Amino acid sequence: MTTTFRALLGATALCAVGTVAAAQDNVTLTIATVNNGDMIRMQQMTAPFTEANPNIQLEWVTLEENILRERVTTDIATSGGQYDVLTIGTYEVPIWAAQNWLTPLDDLPEGYDVDDLVPAVRAALSVDDTLYAAPFYAESAMVMYRTDLAEAAGVTIPSNPTWTDITAAAEAMTDRDAEVYGICLRGKPGWGENMAFLTAMANSYGARWFDTDWNPQFDSPEWQATLTDYLTLMNEYGPPGASSNGFNENLSLFQQGKCGMWIDATVAAGFVTDPTDSTVADSVGFAQFPNKDGVDNHGNWLWAWNLAIPASSQKQEAAKAFVAWATSKEYTDMVAEAQGWRAAPPGTRTSLYENAEYQEAAPFAAMTLEAINSADTQKASVQDIPYTGGQFVAIPEFQGIGTQVGQTFSAALAGQMSADDALAAAQTSTAREMARAGYPK
Amino acid sequence: MARASSRRSRIGYTIAAWVVALTLFFPILYTIITSLKTEQEAISGFSLIPSFTLSSFEAVQTQNNYWRPFTNSVILAVGSTILALIVAIPAAWAMAFSPTKHTKNILMWMLSTKMMPAVAVLVPIYLIFLRTGLMDTRIGLTVMLMLINLPIVVWMLYTYFREIPGEILEAARMDGASLKDEILYVLTPMAIPGIASTMLLNVILAWNEAFWTIQLTTTNAAPLSAFIASFSSPQGLFWAKLSAASVMAIAPILIMGWFSQKQLVRGLTFGAVK
Amino acid sequence: MATRQTAGLARLMRAPAIILLLIWMIVPLGMTLYYSFQNYNLLNPAAISWAGWFNYQYFVTDPAFMAAIRNTLVLVLGVLTITVVLGIAIALLIDKPIWGQGIVRILIISPFFVMPPVAALIWKNMIMHPSYGVFADIARFLGLQPVDWFAQYPLTSIVIIVAWQWLPFATLILLTALQSLDGEQMEAAEMDGAGAISRFVHLTLPHMARAITVVILIQTIFLLGIYAEILVTTNGGPGNASTNLTYLIYRAARLNFDIGGAAAGGIIAVILANLVAIFLMRAVGKNLD
Repeated sequence: MTTTFRALLGATALCAVGTVAAAQDNVTLTIATVNNGDMIRMQQMTAPFTEANPNIQLEWVTLEENILRERVTTDIATSGGQYDVLTIGTYEVPIWAAQNWLTPLDDLPEGYDVDDLVPAVRAALSVDDTLYAAPFYAESAMVMYRTDLAEAAGVTIPSNPTWTDITAAAEAMTDRDAEVYGICLRGKPGWGENMAFLTAMANSYGARWFDTDWNPQFDSPEWQATLTDYLTLMNEYGPPGASSNGFNENLSLFQQGKCGMWIDATVAAGFVTDPTDSTVADSVGFAQFPNKDGVDNHGNWLWAWNLAIPASSQKQEAAKAFVAWATSKEYTDMVAEAQGWRAAPPGTRTSLYENAEYQEAAPFAAMTLEAINSADTQKASVQDIPYTGGQFVAIPEFQGIGTQVGQTFSAALAGQMSADDALAAAQTSTAREMARAGYPK
Repeated sequence: MARASSRRSRIGYTIAAWVVALTLFFPILYTIITSLKTEQEAISGFSLIPSFTLSSFEAVQTQNNYWRPFTNSVILAVGSTILALIVAIPAAWAMAFSPTKHTKNILMWMLSTKMMPAVAVLVPIYLIFLRTGLMDTRIGLTVMLMLINLPIVVWMLYTYFREIPGEILEAARMDGASLKDEILYVLTPMAIPGIASTMLLNVILAWNEAFWTIQLTTTNAAPLSAFIASFSSPQGLFWAKLSAASVMAIAPILIMGWFSQKQLVRGLTFGAVK
Repeated sequence: MATRQTAGLARLMRAPAIILLLIWMIVPLGMTLYYSFQNYNLLNPAAISWAGWFNYQYFVTDPAFMAAIRNTLVLVLGVLTITVVLGIAIALLIDKPIWGQGIVRILIISPFFVMPPVAALIWKNMIMHPSYGVFADIARFLGLQPVDWFAQYPLTSIVIIVAWQWLPFATLILLTALQSLDGEQMEAAEMDGAGAISRFVHLTLPHMARAITVVILIQTIFLLGIYAEILVTTNGGPGNASTNLTYLIYRAARLNFDIGGAAAGGIIAVILANLVAIFLMRAVGKNLD
């Protein structure tokens, strides 16, 4: 009786020791991520990582982009420590790094090869030359167009088009009866939706968001020209209901052959040339983001989804190991092996673009890299500006301001207000928010 | 003659009622149909006949395991309902059987606590949850959902209890029933339908709550509202998948609602009937 | 003696609910009041300072504020009107002897079980989408240009979605009221030669007054807080065309991360909501006795 009891006790004690040891070793990383294709692919390909690190478990929190941004921002600003790895954009990285909310990634493992990161992307993710997030994939913007429609319409789109070229081509390719629209652009309101495009377009028109004293510039002739031309393009040659079209909607329209041209993120190139989803896969041409005649600026659109580690995470080491793995060359190779080179996350590593196999599988590779490298996020406008960022302004207030302005411009596109009224409203609301936030700082 | 005309009018009413019912149900029906289509079918025009593929459901399940949020939803909905009933039944009972002149005001005040926009108090509540370790726990969220729905529960029960005639109690007492007997054999049977439908309504409200359940959870306590938030607006139009996820999120409560429809209808009066 | 005992017991039974709700009211309200007088932006947590009345002033002078008040009223009144009127009509219809009554009822109450964000997603993508929605399919079938609902009729679209969600609730409550209507009285009126309309106006409608009051009261409380449907579909736009008060607060809190401003907005919303509640109680409260 007693022996049994003692044996039981011993077994319990052993178990307890075992659990404690396991608890010390085992780490569960909570990873917050957006729900786009590349991120979901990563989620399904983590087996090699967990096999190599059996003590690390991965928990995923996948959320829609805006909800994710809300959740993660609240958590990081209150030092909640709910997440160990965050998926954040190039917009948040410099702002959050400045608040000391992110762990600097200055001691990544040997084989990581930081110098292989595309310079423009690396610069956008660094503050004072310290990297604060590792890029998972990166994009710029470019023109995607239908070579067959262009040929039929008798227009050629140069590889460095101006807005005049684009307008002429849009006019020639539009055939409303056949439901073919010369140009598809973003119209859905949001700082990361229509304002990403419009800010880039404004940059290429020589406009700027703020002057050096942080006064909004929507009353400038450059912005007026931008908005007027945008509205003309969309009203004359765009699809119906353009004010609700974001990236997804335009992608789908283009894949179904309803757009002559589409100017948007370079990642789209992989989707529109994918024969399983796209009906126009074999007749897509690419060109650089347009500029206005005489303005040497191609919009400076640069975006990357990145993995970062909040300073409030209790599991820094494991988190770092995961971030390094998920953004490594090995990960890219693994994806390529499993799903082909076209599926490799684009835009982050120079080595990918030097890879002959990738170049062959992705005809848009050269144009993508050129677009990314030509983006200057340190000086987005040809005029003097007090801010950094390309298709956004890297200040915390921009989310709110950009979305509000986006709403106004979207209303102008929906025909509910004139271009002048929209610009005036944008000027007022932006000046108001900036005054509240205490600018000039 | 009269029978023929009543038969004819019955046909007319039946047709009209079915048209209305199918129209109102159509968005749900079409979502179910779309969830059984391929992605290509889903965006290629109107069609009521899908290819009955389950591939979207499989895709959703691989991307995000359904069962954990499902379990959380069940626990949160049932747990908060039980908690709410424990607190609300005595309160509603007391208000119904020994009302004071303030009873009605108290009820109105309770309802008015629902008027604070949740988003305005998010950050304070978030901080409280963090400091008390309730963040991302089922307990924290259960209490939260209980508090949110408590006013409605109290009110529903109150109006229901008030319908129980006091004379029956008197009669039972005359017959020498003890307080225990009174509660067990007289009141409880009369109160059960009301409690049942209150319970059902609260389960529905708790299941469908989609603000706090997203904001105050990460992984451990995240219910189906968070599950659906991971499928809205992905890159590309994955409508079959979105429909499948929607169906998975609403199906349990829909089926529960269908089976308990009679119960729910019987008690869902908020004292509207007199 | 007995009554005093009962009264004491009753107080004891009421206490937990009241105390809980009191805490649930006072703690958030107190904290919100406190923050509403602070300059507190989540993205700049170092710079917290006393703001005085500035947050309130800033919130009410927002160019979208008046539009938000108007939109809130349109949304609440629009949904109430649709749900009450259609609710009465549908209740009258399904109260008649029909074949398949059980199934008809199940179909009609189903929208009530759908989570608000899911309802909004369904309507946005499957029904109202200008290219792939069912409405667009119908328009094309009739040879018309599809309507871009959320751009052209943003507030109307949201009213339709929300009304769809709440119609079952109204119908059910009105139906239960209808079923308790005295059949004999109805027959007597019919014998006296009262027409269908006159019977409806003089007998049915007064009988349903209480139920209608309940529908209005409960729905108003929920409708004032609508935001998920707006967030999923229009984001309050185009412009401010579909921004209601709750969404305006949402914008301050979650887009600008302006905790002080959102708190001030919350207090303003509570005050306005209570004004509406008092007005409602004055107007229809006597029906509840």
